[in-house]
Amino acid sequence: MPTFTLRVFRGDPTRGEFKDYRVEAEEGMVVLDVIHRLQATQATDLAVRWNCKAGKCGSCSAEIDGQPRLMCMTRMDLFAEGEPITVAPIRAFPLIRDLVTDVGFNFEKAKTIPPLRLKPPEPDGTYRMMQEDIDRIQEFHKCIECFLCQDVCHVIRDHEENKPAFAGPRFFIKLASLEMHPLDTRDRTAFGRTTAGVGLCNITKCCTEVCPEGIHITDNAIIPLKERVADSLDPIVWLLRKFRSQKTQPV
Amino acid sequence: MANADYETHEHDVVVIGAGGAGLRAAIEAAAQGVSVGLICKSLLGKAHTVMAEGGIAAALGNVWPEDTWQVHFRDTMRGGKMLNNWRMAQLHAQEAPERVLELERWGALFDRTKDGRILQRDFGGHRYARLAHVGDRTGLEMIRTLQYHGIHQGIDVYMECTIARLLKDGERVSGAVGYWRPHGKVVLFKAKAVVLATGGIGKAWKITSNSWEYTGDGHALALWAGADLIDMEFVQFHPTGMVWPPSVRGILVTEGVRGDGGMLKNNKGERFMFNYIPEFFKGETADNEDEADRWYDDKKSNRRTPDLLPRDEVARAINAEMKAGRGSPHGGVYLDIASRRPADYIRRRLPSMYHQFKELAGVDITKEPMEVGPTCHYVMGGVRVDADSTAATVPGLFAAGEVAGGMHGSNRLGGNSLSDLLVFGRRAGLHAALYAKDFGGPLTVDAGQVEAVAREVLEPFSRAGGENPYAIQADLQETMQSLVGLIRSERELTEALRKIETLKARAKRVRAEGARTYNPGWHTALDLRSLLAVAECCAMAALERKESRGGHTRDDHPYTDDQWGRVNVVLRLRDGALQLSREPLPEMPAELRALFQERK
Repeated sequence: MPTFTLRVFRGDPTRGEFKDYRVEAEEGMVVLDVIHRLQATQATDLAVRWNCKAGKCGSCSAEIDGQPRLMCMTRMDLFAEGEPITVAPIRAFPLIRDLVTDVGFNFEKAKTIPPLRLKPPEPDGTYRMMQEDIDRIQEFHKCIECFLCQDVCHVIRDHEENKPAFAGPRFFIKLASLEMHPLDTRDRTAFGRTTAGVGLCNITKCCTEVCPEGIHITDNAIIPLKERVADSLDPIVWLLRKFRSQKTQPV
Repeated sequence: MANADYETHEHDVVVIGAGGAGLRAAIEAAAQGVSVGLICKSLLGKAHTVMAEGGIAAALGNVWPEDTWQVHFRDTMRGGKMLNNWRMAQLHAQEAPERVLELERWGALFDRTKDGRILQRDFGGHRYARLAHVGDRTGLEMIRTLQYHGIHQGIDVYMECTIARLLKDGERVSGAVGYWRPHGKVVLFKAKAVVLATGGIGKAWKITSNSWEYTGDGHALALWAGADLIDMEFVQFHPTGMVWPPSVRGILVTEGVRGDGGMLKNNKGERFMFNYIPEFFKGETADNEDEADRWYDDKKSNRRTPDLLPRDEVARAINAEMKAGRGSPHGGVYLDIASRRPADYIRRRLPSMYHQFKELAGVDITKEPMEVGPTCHYVMGGVRVDADSTAATVPGLFAAGEVAGGMHGSNRLGGNSLSDLLVFGRRAGLHAALYAKDFGGPLTVDAGQVEAVAREVLEPFSRAGGENPYAIQADLQETMQSLVGLIRSERELTEALRKIETLKARAKRVRAEGARTYNPGWHTALDLRSLLAVAECCAMAALERKESRGGHTRDDHPYTDDQWGRVNVVLRLRDGALQLSREPLPEMPAELRALFQERK
């Protein structure tokens, strides 16, 4: 059984350091398995957040050798046996302890997004939606809220001061999913421009690169949102939109 | 009130657990205009509901207009081998469609039919394609929809907070005490009504689809507060969990794979399910491959494939094939969808299965079969509740979702869990709010009880030389896996109870190292209390029920016995001792009984 050196961040907001642990890994193991083995045998109080261990809940986000990743979907056979593997907490949020951070920022931002405002139903009281009209939004609904996109985003990663005026990629796709929702009647353009700070994104696509669900955050959500914001400031486009459907699908 | 020492919150209704049932309960209670606290053991949106894959069973009739609540009710009762609380099964079947449509009004985007309505898929034990779904990530859609609807309803959400005990004021519940996982401080919730929505107990087994949270907290909280538990012997082993590599053993493979055309095969390539059709389901199950294959497209003139028998039947069949030496190389059987469906169909219908096998096992399910085997998935047993109000046998206490017993009888059909969460989550929130509104007299919390819980949760830190909590948990999981598993016997169950006694003694010496800040070792030490309590209940009830039915198979009593079909095994704690009794099932009215005589 191969043995790896895991260089794990241990500490709290006051002090911390990377500690080396030697751990065995069996075939097929992922980083989270090895962290659990560490917990069970060498460091029972090692703080780590996890739930499903199958890439569905988005709890076990960390920075592994500097890369924002889910620990449960990072296989140990990615790494060479001799080299230490660094496991650090995601950096954009305040540390609680070891690998656990306070991601409360995201839950606060979530509350600011204006919710669905429903259009009237069909005569039978239900709604009709065509699959092709919801494919794009279903992509956004795949989000597991791992917040890796938030972690990697330049606007807030090392700029605490931007956080009040910037919702971040996770909430841009939330915003886009509501804006493109066939049953929604609310206009969130002004909200996107001001409160959510869509304009601060400079389209470096880092969020898209780290998304474990492969959501095209930049191309499919942020750029269309930016276009809407720009359009809303142009009186001719604004008039045109009044006459056409507000819910045109961006490409 | 001498609780000034502890952070205190007061609500009309406190909901413990924030999966589908808890969220739906909190939303409904808030809609009644009472103050609501929602307590999550994890972060909001991470509860186990997020992992549900296949869909929500509801007789919408969008794909098969013949489907009605009566057919759904009948399927549910037969799937549970008639041990279900008939009234719960009736309410569930009647109300599930409206609960699904309500989710859509809150923003959920289900996959669509060609005419733009909610598409429904086939699942085990359901006569018609009935499951509203979103690919194979229906639970994610459901929890996000409830979460984002819920955060605008004025509910106070307490994240990463574990409840250790309920508080009583005389006979009635008056609140709960727990600890914050991030900083470890004790917190007190005063409440007129408490809704348990804590999910299941699967973490007591080694091979399980359940996450770390599933430690039977709600079952134990109810038991300790004096409430009755029923049907604790019935544990569902989902037939298809991943078996390889070892680190992913137990992770769920959705029944949707079979619903969408996947076939179970042994190492000889035989579709072995045709050899395991029980008498009970013979009339509605295809006995040859041609008919089974035709059924996917023509349900009226063909009978259902045996690959979609209820989960208990399929799990036993897989187990038997493995024992007979016809298993796959890593100790499972094959699940093959690649040879029936084109790759793009599989990737579209089952994207997360595709991803999961590709990433974790290096298997491309569009080209090769999966290896699967039974995994502990769900407990049918739970808190005994009144069907209409979800009230437990202790005043002020309500329970909904997996923690409640009765709805699914001895075996739950796939897809009936998500609908159960919605239907009874709503009912729990409604009736807890009504109870709180009618609440008479002051809400009194006994400081002595609070103190006792605070001492209890901190005890592990005072046992420097004590036992490692992970070691005790692992030994319990091994015990339950090997002695209280899919197939049971008196000898093994007796042995299990003896081992659980030893583990209980060891747990009294369990230690926590380090500090109280986000300390999983300490959390595990505390979770052992509820894990051991539910493990003991399960083994005791399993020893008592001397027959085989649904999620309870006895090697030494291999047949279903009509006498046992009339009783629930009930467990309650009196004077510190577990008492067990057999109590009669509620009797089904004649007009519903008639539904079971109409058809084969």
